[in-house]
Amino acid sequence: MADAATESDLKQTPLHDLHVELGARMVPFSGYSMPVQYKAGIMAEHLHTRASAGLFDVSHMGQAVLIGPDHETTARALEALTPSNFVELGLGRQRYTVLLNDDGGIIDDLMVTRPLSPAEDGKLMLVVNAARKDVDYAHFRAKLPDNVKLQVVEDRALIAVQGPEAVAAVAAHAPQAADLAFMSAAPMEFDGIDCHIARAGYTGEDGVEMSVPAGAAEAIARALLADDRVEAIGLGARDSLRLEAGLCLYGHDIDETTSPVEGAITFCMQKRRREEGGFPGADRIQSELKDGPSRVRVGLKLDGKAPAREGAEIALPDGDVIGTLTSGGFAPTVGGPIAMGYVPAAYAAQGTSLELIVRNRRLPATVADMPFVPNRYYRKPKT
Amino acid sequence: MTTYYSKDHEWISVDGDVATIGITSYAQEQLGDVVYVELPESGKSLSQGDEAAVVESVKAASEVYAPIDGEVVEANDALAEEPAKVNEDPEGAAWFLKIKVGNADQLTELMDEAGYKAYVEAL
Repeated sequence: MADAATESDLKQTPLHDLHVELGARMVPFSGYSMPVQYKAGIMAEHLHTRASAGLFDVSHMGQAVLIGPDHETTARALEALTPSNFVELGLGRQRYTVLLNDDGGIIDDLMVTRPLSPAEDGKLMLVVNAARKDVDYAHFRAKLPDNVKLQVVEDRALIAVQGPEAVAAVAAHAPQAADLAFMSAAPMEFDGIDCHIARAGYTGEDGVEMSVPAGAAEAIARALLADDRVEAIGLGARDSLRLEAGLCLYGHDIDETTSPVEGAITFCMQKRRREEGGFPGADRIQSELKDGPSRVRVGLKLDGKAPAREGAEIALPDGDVIGTLTSGGFAPTVGGPIAMGYVPAAYAAQGTSLELIVRNRRLPATVADMPFVPNRYYRKPKT
Repeated sequence: MTTYYSKDHEWISVDGDVATIGITSYAQEQLGDVVYVELPESGKSLSQGDEAAVVESVKAASEVYAPIDGEVVEANDALAEEPAKVNEDPEGAAWFLKIKVGNADQLTELMDEAGYKAYVEAL
């Protein structure tokens, strides 16, 4: 997770000074100095997010815009690089997708939003992983047709607010946020500041991700943190929250060797694309959809208390090694250790007994449904 | 009874020929919330630098190395049920293990309380 860069090589987000003021422990992460935890600690931060609301600085992630002459052209250009349907993506709607290499492996996973305003026709907004910015942007520039350009957004910060009280806390400053459906987004003012707010996140909770002007990020964060319901949450709890939600961390649970079928994220592939193909690695991916993949990402619950972490081998009971963990740790809301890893499809059924090898000991574990904690994404009441 | 400290942030409290070993308050603070402690079996013979125990926080697993040679005479099995004790009382009730001192000369390589305090402040 951490890289070896020294403090002076690290980039800072617009909220850096606020993190330090709040007593954060700063660590190198994807070339940035980022808060791994604040004074409360990972466990308390995790539980606070599930109980109330957490504020996360995710400004290290890459924000960019694809700009083409009209929606259809831009959407088709992105469809050529991903297995998702963007042509039919509605105004103000957001979609999770993956950039694929020619072998059907995942270059990165990203969020794509079609602007709400018809005046922005031809634009698709992207949020990509911090560690993959350079790779992704180079890939786009090499592959996009001449009439669709990638514009990198350098002057905006990204703040996530997650938890059952998150939207109420944000709506106190940006009332329209309360009207957003899950996986939709709109431009709106937050205390008079122009922001772009999406109802989405990476914790399994209701909440938003707010793209805000870099110069206003600190004022917005302070306004939210002044609300008793909201606490600052570091990368440590962000990781344990997303693990409980069964969500992939790029470079760990998915990478250039894993396909979206193996990664169990086929929800990013809509019906038309599955049938038509026409994306990189379509041969492999369509045959995996038809016949099943040889290996697949599964959730695992350990029977005991000892955690198993990324890199631990997965084995059959008293038998051979069949796979490797890609994430794992103590899950505060579950109250015990959980993990994710890849196993042959024959051993992927829920309830399958397996063993995880930690320090030469075999810890019993059971294949479990994901998410480990029920999602609480917002569902708009039917009127 | 004399208490010594290692550069790996362990405390070693020696009473006669038995040394009680745990991690310091500074160490538990660095680790964060402790969720699991793996302790050695009684009778296990440890050489200085051997892995004596493993302490797992939400974040990561960290090894606790034997600061001196010795044979394990007791492990604090209460930590299996209540690992959070390591955060609450690291230099008291949350001791990790007791060993029969195998080589008392190795104690002279360790720091006293004042020395450890200065060591931590310089970090």
